[in-house]
Amino acid sequence: MIITNQRLITRASNPVMEMKKTIPLKKVINNQSIRIENLDVYIEDQHILKDINLTIPEKSITCIIGPSGCGKSTFLKTLNRMHDETPEVKISGRVYVDDENIYGQNVNVIDTRKKMGLLAQRPCPLPMSIFDNVAYGPRIHGIKRRKAINQTVIQYLQYVGLWDEVRGRIRSSASRLSIGQQQRLCLARGLAIEPEYILGDEATSALDPLSTKKIEELFIKLKEKYTVILVTHTLRQAKRIADHIVFMYLGKIIETGPTEEFFNNPKKQLTREYLSGSFS
Amino acid sequence: MIMKLYEEKIFKVIMIGAALIILGILVYIIGTVFYKGLPALTLDMITKLPGGGFYLGKEGGVLNAIVGSLYIIIGSLAISILISVPLVMYINFYLPLNSLFSTVIRFSLDILFGVPSIVYGAFGFALMVYLGIRASLIGGIITVAMLIMPIMMRSLDEVTRLLSRDLPDALLSLGATKYEMIKVILRQLMPGLITAILLAVGRGIGDAATVLFTAGYTDNIPTSLNQPAATLPLSIFFQLGSPVEEVQNRAYASAIILTVLILILSFSARYFSSKFSKNKI
Repeated sequence: MIITNQRLITRASNPVMEMKKTIPLKKVINNQSIRIENLDVYIEDQHILKDINLTIPEKSITCIIGPSGCGKSTFLKTLNRMHDETPEVKISGRVYVDDENIYGQNVNVIDTRKKMGLLAQRPCPLPMSIFDNVAYGPRIHGIKRRKAINQTVIQYLQYVGLWDEVRGRIRSSASRLSIGQQQRLCLARGLAIEPEYILGDEATSALDPLSTKKIEELFIKLKEKYTVILVTHTLRQAKRIADHIVFMYLGKIIETGPTEEFFNNPKKQLTREYLSGSFS
Repeated sequence: MIMKLYEEKIFKVIMIGAALIILGILVYIIGTVFYKGLPALTLDMITKLPGGGFYLGKEGGVLNAIVGSLYIIIGSLAISILISVPLVMYINFYLPLNSLFSTVIRFSLDILFGVPSIVYGAFGFALMVYLGIRASLIGGIITVAMLIMPIMMRSLDEVTRLLSRDLPDALLSLGATKYEMIKVILRQLMPGLITAILLAVGRGIGDAATVLFTAGYTDNIPTSLNQPAATLPLSIFFQLGSPVEEVQNRAYASAIILTVLILILSFSARYFSSKFSKNKI
């Protein structure tokens, strides 16, 4: 069992879990993976995330689903320490990224964020040209050589399939792109800082079906190289692209599991109700 | 039902009337200024210094006041931009939302905003006496800077608060430091900054009370910061005070010059703003 509420691991009598145990857990932890232990998040006096224990497997897509307000986005923000900007948020617990607790002492926030490429709900291109948007990350992280930057920009624009669409107007403003193109540009911009993880916060909810499809295809391509963690509230999308599902409700993880198993054979009553649409 | 119809009509009349009153006032002011000033507006007015007996109807122009006003407004703009931008960035991006300190700062800005310009003039004068400076260009620059800073800060603050959180979040998640983030945000805020500057220029360049004691008045163009400087509003004031009708009409001509000066500044600022912000989202 790779992805699990860690307490479940101890109850290894479950045959499904026995089977999954053949995947060496140690290897997963030593390589790029995210392991969360006893994570609690409070915003002012509200207890938003309650005792989260989770291991996110590498090089696959993990979808976090759940009704609005269940803490999905809050959870995602704990992974790249974006809560640092809001002092009302109190966090306790440990989040190991590549075996380093990012909430430990002497952790460089910039380095943590560099490991995570974030794709937000609405695309937010920077107020500069298409080229400069992608070049921004490498530039602030110290790459000065023109040639290297040019190469990076072209490489990632090609990767997200935007290069052919924009090659003639690479110096024109990023705001002139369509919203779907902007989202792919934002993805290229995130990839250009060479992260290990891709976080998506309902990254397709503002897009039309065609653009959504392109982004989903990109996510599937991305999992060859990156660990992808997506928050989504469309179950169908989770079904289409996820390898693992984490179901959250009222700040707690209710059930986790491989996609097929999760949808075909949910263990918990709450999950069954959610999947059947009794609440959302 | 009929009542509602009347209600609708009455309110429409009130609204259109309000719009017409504003337009009327504008047309009346500009009309008077141009009607009286245009005949007196000669090339000499903008190219010559006031000669001997200028205020009694002899030859000369108001070049001293044009240059003096420009010196003072450029100097005070430089000072207030250097103070306003860091302050607004600090209260918006470094302090937590609705923190006590930022509330206090915004409240003080509101008070400073409402302080009449003569009070700034008196304060500036008192400060200069204390420091032993006489009426001079530098005194005028500092006092006008004090007058326009709250205006600039408040309007820049308004546009900054309207900025969506998406941009800062996108930048931070790319691993940008706050300073790097602010450099990009300022590009996005450029039109707002230009508007803030224009509001400040409009207030600062036309104000007579602040410069009355602090910059003084002279018929020459100042060549150093320690010399007194003439300004257009004071020039208009002195010319209007003349018993000679010809000189009074020159005051209106000077008013045209002041108005056109502000228009030129606005249009060029708008032009540069659209050039700089072509990449704005």
